[in-house]
Amino acid sequence: MTGLFSEVFLSALLFGAVTAAIPLLLAGLGEQMSEKAGVLNIGIEGMMLAGAYLGFVGAFYSGSLWLGFLTGAGGGVAVALVMALLCVRIGLNQIVIGIALTLGLEGLTALLHHFQFSRSYPRLRAVDVTVIPLLSDIPVIGPALFRQHLIVYLAVALVFAMGYIYRRTQLGLNLQAAGDKPAALDVAGIDVVRTRTVAVLTTGALAGLGGAYLANVGAGLFIPFITNGAGFLGIVLAMLARGRPVWVLFGALLFGVCLSLTTAMQVAGINIPTDVIQMLPFLAVMVMLVLFGRRASLPAALGIPYERGAR
Amino acid sequence: MSIDTAPAAGATALDATAAVATRRDIQHRLLMTLGPILAALIIAGCILLAVGVDPLAYYGFVLKRGLLSPLGIQQTLTRMAPLLFLAAGLIVAFRAGMWNLGGDGQFLLGAVTAAASAPVLVEVMPAWLALICSFVIAMLVAMIWSLVPALLRAYQGVNEIITTLMMTFLGTSLANVLVKLMFRDPGTTVPQTRTLPVEDRLPRLFDTTITSGLLLGLVAIITVHLVMTRTAFGLKLRIVGANPRAAIHAGLGVPKLTIAVFAISAGLAGLAGAVDILGVQGNVRADWNPAYGLAVIPVVFLARMNGFAAIGFVFLLSVLSIGGESAARRLGVPNHFTLVLVSIVLIVLALAEYIDHRYNQSRKA
Repeated sequence: MTGLFSEVFLSALLFGAVTAAIPLLLAGLGEQMSEKAGVLNIGIEGMMLAGAYLGFVGAFYSGSLWLGFLTGAGGGVAVALVMALLCVRIGLNQIVIGIALTLGLEGLTALLHHFQFSRSYPRLRAVDVTVIPLLSDIPVIGPALFRQHLIVYLAVALVFAMGYIYRRTQLGLNLQAAGDKPAALDVAGIDVVRTRTVAVLTTGALAGLGGAYLANVGAGLFIPFITNGAGFLGIVLAMLARGRPVWVLFGALLFGVCLSLTTAMQVAGINIPTDVIQMLPFLAVMVMLVLFGRRASLPAALGIPYERGAR
Repeated sequence: MSIDTAPAAGATALDATAAVATRRDIQHRLLMTLGPILAALIIAGCILLAVGVDPLAYYGFVLKRGLLSPLGIQQTLTRMAPLLFLAAGLIVAFRAGMWNLGGDGQFLLGAVTAAASAPVLVEVMPAWLALICSFVIAMLVAMIWSLVPALLRAYQGVNEIITTLMMTFLGTSLANVLVKLMFRDPGTTVPQTRTLPVEDRLPRLFDTTITSGLLLGLVAIITVHLVMTRTAFGLKLRIVGANPRAAIHAGLGVPKLTIAVFAISAGLAGLAGAVDILGVQGNVRADWNPAYGLAVIPVVFLARMNGFAAIGFVFLLSVLSIGGESAARRLGVPNHFTLVLVSIVLIVLALAEYIDHRYNQSRKA
């Protein structure tokens, strides 16, 4: 038990937390943008799976991790394109299509994996990390936070970029208006459908990237159903964050720590079912909601397709 | 049809036109359901071709094993039982405008508590009473589980999509913890609950393997449909769903109704878990999660929250999943293909409904 609080152990725990948090962060940021623009994107789990599968295929056959991230994001965008077409352009029910896409991609990626990799289960080699000088020498925190793959730093930078976009740019305003009062945006001469389409496609790219990270960096391989609810966690994070990207980051880290703790407990041989630890983040959030629960500040037109002239 | 005082001739003429209209309506409905399904089968067939499987052989097998063979149809009808309960629960919630996305957690907790209580109760009371008690316990546990999202939504306005989603993650884990730590059968090495003997389970219908849970499910969904469409209570819930503010102004106790909706919806999901365990499975293994809840949600939407239409769609879903499971064993097409097929069917059905709607609108204009 003494090994439990050693420097190495804590550092590994934190490293695992960051690795687990990044896909959640990307999914949460993506979902946040969709929701801001008024689209409840339940298909995000499917987008992540498409990203995970195509990201792995891209990285496996090209040998380049970056190409893998690119194909992963592309996979997410492809699924998002279907969602944008069906739910934004012609206004089908977002929950029906979202769940259908999630089910379909679960099946499709598992099917393709079965015919392609199920005999060999190929793995990618361990990823290169970018070491940040000086900071990486801090005990415990250094090796955990500052010896990560470059994409991790980019994902964290994205949090602040998103914050800037939402607060300071025209695009941010448009997105918010598309979610709160689409008719007003339309009157101002800006195409609601186009604004929402941009949001959904961005969600697809981010979710796909998150999936690719999960497969290529987190696991090093693709297995069916690899996302295991990460997309739904992203939805929860986005809704809890009330439109603020920084809160998505905090939430993702909280869940990341708990997920990492699950693995660490198993390694340390502590005899608690991992399910108990998996319950912790949800319990924490539920308790927070019960104690501080206020009205959620969700966009007024969330989940409602925009049709010009309809009341 | 409804005019008793009208002259006889007029009444028959009215009857005739009404009959023609309903027949045309039914024909139209059938066309709008079967057409898209056929289209979906063709699209999915292309995927099968792409992975090198003969689509006709696959579909033939699915049809035979899911619908036409005596054993297959019995399995299909048995599979319908939990799905009907889940659909009934979702109809109540969705008609009242509440997104209960926590069906899987409520289902699993119902299943685990039923599996834990039934083998114990059977030893102290007659089997039929034990079954009823297990059903009630499962229902109550699921209801209590839904109380947190219900109270948060009713009195704090916290969005129920977040809370029910989180409660479903929590419920899934809690169900596992219960199986592994509290209700574990000491007699086996695999973590699972004690097994309910086959003779103490829900009786089977006649000489078949169909569980009588099917009848319970049908009763549940039809009752829900009638309550929602024909009673004052149902009307109140639909008003809350259509316009909560108007409901407050109409003097309805919206918070109490909200809690009632969650309790009914979750209770039915808990019963779904119980009916699957007490009728079919007999025990719960650790990490068992059929995830029926997710597939039933779009089905209920496509049925436009109509109980009778939902029965039809649930039947279709069961045929596809039972047929797909057999095909996975026999033809080497992984079970995952069923998910793809269901997904394409859902999307094409939604699209067809949209096209039909637009066509009707342009004809009226």
